[in-house]
Amino acid sequence: MITAGIDCGAMNTKTVVMKDGTIIGKGLAPTGFDAAGAVEDSLNQALLQAGVARAGIRRICATGSGRNAVPVADESVSEIKAMARGAFCFFPGARTVVDVGAEEGRAVKLDDHGRPVDFAVNDRCAAGAGVFIEAMARALGIGVEEMGRLSLRSEREVRMNAPCAIFAESEVIGLIHSNIPAADISRAIYDCIARRIAGIIRRVGIHEEVVLIGGPARSAGLLSSLRRELKVTQVLAPAEPDFGAAVGAALCAAEEPR
Amino acid sequence: MREPKKIECWRWTESNWRHPALEWRAARFITLGIDVGSVSSQAVLMADGQILGYGNLRTGSASADSARQALAFALEAVDMPESRVDCCIGTGYGRVNVPFSDRTVSEIACHARGAHFLFGPEVRTVLDVGGQDIKCIRCDEKGKVVNFLMNDKCAAGTGRGMEVFADLLGVPITEVGDRSFEFTGAEPAAVSSTCVVFAKSEAIGLLRRGWSREDVLAAYCKAMADRIFALVKRIGVQPGFAVTGGLAKNRGVIDRLMLKIGLERMGTPWDTQIAGAAGAALFGHAFCLKNQ
Repeated sequence: MITAGIDCGAMNTKTVVMKDGTIIGKGLAPTGFDAAGAVEDSLNQALLQAGVARAGIRRICATGSGRNAVPVADESVSEIKAMARGAFCFFPGARTVVDVGAEEGRAVKLDDHGRPVDFAVNDRCAAGAGVFIEAMARALGIGVEEMGRLSLRSEREVRMNAPCAIFAESEVIGLIHSNIPAADISRAIYDCIARRIAGIIRRVGIHEEVVLIGGPARSAGLLSSLRRELKVTQVLAPAEPDFGAAVGAALCAAEEPR
Repeated sequence: MREPKKIECWRWTESNWRHPALEWRAARFITLGIDVGSVSSQAVLMADGQILGYGNLRTGSASADSARQALAFALEAVDMPESRVDCCIGTGYGRVNVPFSDRTVSEIACHARGAHFLFGPEVRTVLDVGGQDIKCIRCDEKGKVVNFLMNDKCAAGTGRGMEVFADLLGVPITEVGDRSFEFTGAEPAAVSSTCVVFAKSEAIGLLRRGWSREDVLAAYCKAMADRIFALVKRIGVQPGFAVTGGLAKNRGVIDRLMLKIGLERMGTPWDTQIAGAAGAALFGHAFCLKNQ
């Protein structure tokens, strides 16, 4: 059976087309102010890659903060359910799943069957969300990917104290003025957001394996900061973590509606 | 083709001032209060407990340099050599980095003492809205701190948040207060996001939906007033309400806040940004009297 999952997020809309549990097509478009247009864009990209016509899809399931703005969807599921399903599909050992979105951070505790048993959300403060990383990279004058690479080369721990994205921006500029190497500042930035994300995770408890999904999980710098902060042996992330929740939605679509 | 010059909307006017009649040569004790805040720094010179002059400017990247520049700015206005200063007290966020201070006093104590001086002895509640924090202080008839609450963890409700909005909307920060009352139609509801970063995205969305800049300013000023009110309510308001700090000059926020509180704020002829440094200079004066 071919299904599609559409994750309409605050920044990007991600679509995954799956056939019997395997990903056969993916698409991504910036949500911007036109969620419906982004849904069409990302769905068309994914269909093209999969070589499947729109009519060939059995069911479409939407998730994400804009899930009610996806007219093509047959059903929708909460972000919590989608992220749990997605992460458990990649890593059946997952017991704690964290999704760092552009404007939200969520942590879910899973039971042995991959069912969510508890969750915590931060959608009030940018300090634990993806926009924080982008704003800091901008303050540092480099790209997000470069910042991730640089952070791994840091040789010294520099502590940033600001708990707020706006204040942290000034702090980063202060560190630049004090001639701290960009590598050390990059690591300090990831340590800073890792502390905030760990705060959300602790509300549901830390149980290995810990899986991180969402765009920021692409950064090895964030994974290593989070591993240190949580004091766990490793933090896992799928190869294309942006699509984690979309995969979960596509899997939900494959289940027969009750 | 020339690049259009970018207007820096967060910029406010730096100033110095001297008392037209007071003469430093006649004074017994000259004391200096230095308040190094996250956004602005002030130096207040006092002659026997009366303000002789002051300097008020933007904090640079190094606290020590900012302290020195503020002092030089104040000395320039008063036309007095630095050696004449008998005692210097440092306060504010960067107080440990004032190299020439004799001692430091917390900004909470200084703001209460300074507000008592600038607004008169009827002051019982002092709200200081600074660049990176909000403090609400209850004090007694002598200007001594009874209790206080503070938010220094989050930019929502602080001067820095307002600077971000002034820049976003391209409205000079000194005009924000007045223009926030020039909204079209009924007064808009407050911006719903607490976080300044999210409020910014929300504001961009509102502009795209056709809101005027004044409408957005009104909605943000209201959100700031709500945020500050939550802190003020927690500590409890006593009549004799004084507002200090840079944001005291923004009536868009403070008028809306006072409406919620149901009181009139106290008036002062002084610059509200110098309260902390004035308090510090007064502590210096008390110290001189004790050790004479």
